[in-house]
Amino acid sequence: MTREVLSVRDMVVTFDEFVALDGVSLSVTEGQSFGIVGESGSGKSTLLRAVAGLNSFESGTLTVSGRRYSGHLRDKDFYRTVQMVFQDPYGSLHPRQTVDRLLLEPLAIHGFTDVDSRIARALDEVGLGTGFRFRYSHQLSGGQRQRVAIARALILEPKILLLDEPTSALDASIQAEILNLLEQARKDRGLTFVMVSHDLGVISHMCERLAVMRKGKVVEIVSVEALENRTFSEDYTRQLLVASEGFRRD
Amino acid sequence: MSPLLTVDDLRVSFPTRTGTVEAVRGVSFTLGKERLGIVGESGSGKSQTGRAIMGLTPSQARISAKTLAFDGIDLLSASARQRRSLRGKRVAMILQDPKYSLNPVMTIGRQIIETLRTHERVLASEGRARALAMLEAVQIRDPERVFDLYPHEVSGGMGQRVMIAMMLICGPELLIADEPTSALDVTVQLDVLAILDKLVAERGMGLIFISHDLRLVSSFCDRVIVMYAGRVVEELPSANLADAKHPYTQGLLNCLPTIGTHRHPLPVLERKPEWAL
Repeated sequence: MTREVLSVRDMVVTFDEFVALDGVSLSVTEGQSFGIVGESGSGKSTLLRAVAGLNSFESGTLTVSGRRYSGHLRDKDFYRTVQMVFQDPYGSLHPRQTVDRLLLEPLAIHGFTDVDSRIARALDEVGLGTGFRFRYSHQLSGGQRQRVAIARALILEPKILLLDEPTSALDASIQAEILNLLEQARKDRGLTFVMVSHDLGVISHMCERLAVMRKGKVVEIVSVEALENRTFSEDYTRQLLVASEGFRRD
Repeated sequence: MSPLLTVDDLRVSFPTRTGTVEAVRGVSFTLGKERLGIVGESGSGKSQTGRAIMGLTPSQARISAKTLAFDGIDLLSASARQRRSLRGKRVAMILQDPKYSLNPVMTIGRQIIETLRTHERVLASEGRARALAMLEAVQIRDPERVFDLYPHEVSGGMGQRVMIAMMLICGPELLIADEPTSALDVTVQLDVLAILDKLVAERGMGLIFISHDLRLVSSFCDRVIVMYAGRVVEELPSANLADAKHPYTQGLLNCLPTIGTHRHPLPVLERKPEWAL
């Protein structure tokens, strides 16, 4: 069954004079993993933040699980459905809260009562174990912090996970662990992913379809097979593909 | 011919409240006029190795080595004055992020000329001409305009070209590049690498290229040193990367997702405690 769970139509986001998103449209079906690639300033993170309600959008529509949402103001229900993991594991966890407190917050907001077992389960699921429960984020490595951030996003059992460069601040070997963890979580829970990255290798590993963005616009939307067979039409996609293959001396 | 740089049993340690942290534990290599890559994860000591050669280790750290010599000059016993005269003139270093490593309150042109005038007596007009020529060499299209800009007014890729220009203007014999393209966009990375590659080849200098990206380093360098926990675990020519014997090197090579290969889940590094011994 391919039901559309997230759709964006003609979304426009401006910061004063600057047009960060210029009429972006895309749709993601249930259980799909959708990638967004582009260089910095292409608007890929802005798009994700606008979906999550962290930026307001000027015009266009956003539909999540059949409900329309406006440029700002999201209710609690929205955040039960959509959660986000950020790029910088050093900046996205509260430095003065223990892991326990960090994970308690979303549960408290949404009025869960069985918090103890949920926190223990969430930590277990991201491979940390309860030994990490009363530590502060500065006592953890980058990979462990990103696991906590993933646990915090998954603890509300969302349907859609927005991933903003979840591994670009990590070492290659840690990146592999986090990507495996995310894939496993997606398989177990039937999650829908929208993943932003500048690394085509990561996107092609994780996603089935991807949008290439440049200067606030979607250049094209292709399937990963098309990317592998090089049956895409845009020159910019080719440039990104060449760049991802590494340095070559002519 | 004696090598340009000799590093024998280099050790860098930092005293902390909870004991001594040994960042580099006995690294040895020699370098001629070639391109050497140093690869490792964060915390492997690769950057501290580069900084020790450059003389940029923090003052609380302890450095020791059987030999640390650049062109016959013993770097450990050299005076601060002598090291200053080497730094920038004969040994230069490109840092990771131009946003943080260029002086934000000085125009680009003045910064480049500052490097030049620290080491050479040049007339103002000649300094300007050489800075402009250098900006042109790193393929900045409008050097006259960029000369008068401040670092925040240029993009990351352009900032990194400015840094390369600044580092190469005195014609160093050894260039240390510490993650020179990690802060840049993928599309810009290749341009900057191509410029660096061309200039290093043209001017015939030794290069130490420090990076966490094994594939990138192997495509750029002649020889690769792989570091883990402050030690060299493997050294091999880039061309024979596929024959890497150490499980850590193999793990680093395998854990990267690439387009067209389907491996779910990705192979992960099994870290063995004996690697760190």
